[in-house]
Formats: sequence, structure tokens, C-alpha cells
Amino acid sequence: MIELRGVTKAWPGGAGVQALDLSVPEGECCALIGPSGCGKTTTLRLVNRLVEPDAGSIRIGGADALKQDPVHLRRGIGYVIQEGGLFPHRRIGANVATVPALLGWNAARTRARVEEVLTLVGLDPARYRDRWPHQLSGGERQRVGVARALAADPPVLLLDEPFGAVDPLRRAQLQAEVLSLLKHLRKTVLLVTHDVQEAVRLGDSVALMRGGRLVQHAAPAEMLAHPADGFVAEFLGADRALTRLGLFRIRDVPRDAATVAGEALPEATTLRDALSAMLERGVRAVPVTEGGALTLEAVLRSR
Amino acid sequence: MRWTWRNLDTIGAALGEHVLLVGAALLLAGVVALPLGVLVARRPLWRAAVLGASAGLYSIPTLALFALLVPLLGLGFRAALLALASYAMPVLLRAVVTGLEGVALAVREAADGMGLTPRQKLWQVELPLALPSVLAGLRVAVATLVSAATVAAYIGGGGLGVLILTGLDQGHTEKILVGATLVCALALAADVALRRMQRA
Repeated sequence: MIELRGVTKAWPGGAGVQALDLSVPEGECCALIGPSGCGKTTTLRLVNRLVEPDAGSIRIGGADALKQDPVHLRRGIGYVIQEGGLFPHRRIGANVATVPALLGWNAARTRARVEEVLTLVGLDPARYRDRWPHQLSGGERQRVGVARALAADPPVLLLDEPFGAVDPLRRAQLQAEVLSLLKHLRKTVLLVTHDVQEAVRLGDSVALMRGGRLVQHAAPAEMLAHPADGFVAEFLGADRALTRLGLFRIRDVPRDAATVAGEALPEATTLRDALSAMLERGVRAVPVTEGGALTLEAVLRSR
Repeated sequence: MRWTWRNLDTIGAALGEHVLLVGAALLLAGVVALPLGVLVARRPLWRAAVLGASAGLYSIPTLALFALLVPLLGLGFRAALLALASYAMPVLLRAVVTGLEGVALAVREAADGMGLTPRQKLWQVELPLALPSVLAGLRVAVATLVSAATVAAYIGGGGLGVLILTGLDQGHTEKILVGATLVCALALAADVALRRMQRA
């Protein structure tokens, strides 16, 4: 669990963080979004004390983060940045072993853990362990970055624009994989992104910031349905209703028993994609592979 | 070649002095440049001031610097050593600073975020990544020093310059040729060795 209370940090040029209250319950992922200079990255870096607050309290897992030695604190928090921030002069195995090495693990334990986390992020240890960062694709480097952050099994992870450098085609898949992995491991995650789609897809909650203040903190579907003000609505985009449909799947809404012609959609299809199929076919209902049909009325009622 | 065969020990001693002079000057320059570079690389104001001053030092002609140091340290090895060191120091300093500046911000942030102490970050991440630049600077410094050390003979610093100088005085072509050839060979050999290190 991450808990920020009244946290303030002023920068000489402005654009700090003002009296910020934010809490992320254990095992949940909070996505911080906002325009550039809104303070989202500062907020993230306050948690592992790469930035020291002027005022306020920061608690991680119930312990006062400000009373701990910052170096010690950081070894207990996973940190993933854009492109992974891998050390170019160290092989993949050594990169992943960074924190275990700092913690003084023995060689056998470190080696076993490196294999374990590389496998977790979908990279074959035998193939990747002895390669250099520059030999990997952007997506692979990002996976290594996640593996490195997980190596010492920290309860809390901080992700700073982790998918920004991954090509768009692979990004969605990587996002989905990393999210389900972190969920499965019950990690508490704070994620910074400027991408609304990424925020609503990955976050159990979304925290929208502006000018160093928290404007709205809510579940993605809630925020998309009820933006707190015009700024939030504008930031989420004119297509926010469609974005919201992307959060629900056919299996989440009641289905019609009627038989409908056409190619059937699996019930894992998002309502957004189902609506798109209806528009494309010019119909008010589509059949579902698992039985029954999804009607336009059911999609409309989902809001 | 008769002079050469009869004076192999003198030539060997001159070569030894030359190598010693260059080696000691490099060591001295490195001892100053490395910590100074580390100190100023992340401090823009200091960096500008220190690099500016060291560029000024570098621009003083070798012979003038030798001449300036003689009244302070007298003739001999010490004055030559100090002059050569202050000639190599700016080159090494610039190389250290450039190398450290070239370490990507993301990499430095990752090091901080993982919980490396500042010292661990310096020795495990920043300096290893700055090494190619430092080695490139070292190559330049060695090439410069091997030739500059020849001039040290003027102030009694010894080395291969003595052969060339006395050869010029006596109109002894063979002596001049031996001295000059050895200086060139030394510079080339050092460069080849350092280039090997750079590739490794």
C-alpha cells in the first residue's frame, strides 16, 4: 500500500506538487495521468525519494518512507523506466541481478531468481541471460526492465512511462501481459503515463493531475462516465464514451436469446469492438460465439 | 650505424627516461583529472570554469611552460614532469567529463532508483560507461606527451630529446635520426597498444 498525505514539493520553475493526498491499496494499480508538467512524474519519484518532499508524509506498506534510509528504501521498491534504463555495459542476467547483488544474495540464489523472473516476463533465460541490452528489441528491453524490478520481489512497483518506447503494435500485448503478471503477483503499482487508453486499461484507479494537484481519482469506468469537470472531460477525450466501452466485455452485459445471423463474436470481445462490428455490418445485434446475441440496446444500457 | 652500436646503453637509458617521464606525467595528470572530472561533470558552473581554465593551461606552448617552470623548480626531471603533467591533464579532464556526460540520464536514474549508493553508481555504472571516452583521451594524451617530452631535454629533463639536441649541436646526423626514430616508434607503439585496449 502506498499512502501520500499532504505531500508538497516546490520546484524553482513551478510545476511541483501541492498538498497531494493519494493512496493506492495493496495489490492495486493506480495510473497517474495528466498533461506534461502536471507533477505526475514528480509524484512517482517522491515515493522512492528520488525527489524529497518539502512537506507531507509518505507511507509504504504502513512504514514511514521518510524515516528510512533512501538507498535502503529504493532497494525494496521496483522501479521501471522508459526503455527499461538497462545498464548497457552489463549482460541481461547481470542487469536483472542488480538489486539482488546490492542486497548481497549468494550466486546460486541470484542465478535461480534471475531465471525465474526472466521466465515470468516471457523471456527464455537460456537465450537471453548472456546477451547485451543493445541486442534486444525495445519490447524485449522493456520486459527485462520489468524483470529487473521484480528480481528482489518488492511489494511495490513504480512504472514511469514503461511502454512509451515500445512500438504501438506490440504495446497493447505487452501492457496486457505485464498487467496480468503484476495482478497475479499482487503487487501494488503506481504507473505514470500520458496515454489515456493505457491508463484506463491498466489502472484499477486513475488519478488525473493538473498543475501539481490531484483533480480526480476514481475507477476508470467511473471517471470516464462522470468526469469531475470540463478539464477532465477534455483530457479524457471526446471519445471517452467509446474508451469506456472498451473496459467492458460482452460477458459483462445481459444477452438476448434471439438467434441473429452473421459472424459470431467471442464473449471476451470488448463492447467497443462489438459496437464497431455493429456499425460495420449496419445491424442492431450481433451473435455471440458462446450463445445468444448482443443487442445495441444492451450496449447503450451499459452506461 | 657505428655510433649506435657503440652507444646502445646510452640510447637505452634515454629511451627509459623518456618512457618514465611520459608514464609519470600521465599518472600525475590522471590523479588530478579523474577526481576533478568526477567532481565537476554534474555541476555545470564548476564544469565551465574548470574546463575553461584547463583549456587555457593546454594552450600554453610546451616550451614556454618549461621556461616558466624552471625559475620555480630549477632545471631537471621535476620541472619537466610537472610541465608534461599539466599538458596532459586538460586532455584527460575533458575526456573524463565528456565520458561522464555521455552516460544516459535514464541509466543514471535507473541506478539511483535501484538503490545504488552514489559511490556504487560512480564505480559500477558511470565510470565503466565513460571508459571508452577516457581511453580515447588517453590516446591523445600519450601521443602528445611522447612528442612533448622530447622538448624536456632543453631543461635537463632527459629522454630521447637529449639525443636529438646534442646531435643537432654536434651535427651528428646518426644521433638525430636514432632519437627521432625512437620517438616516432614509441608514439606509434603506445597508440597501437591503447587502440587494442579500446577495442577490448
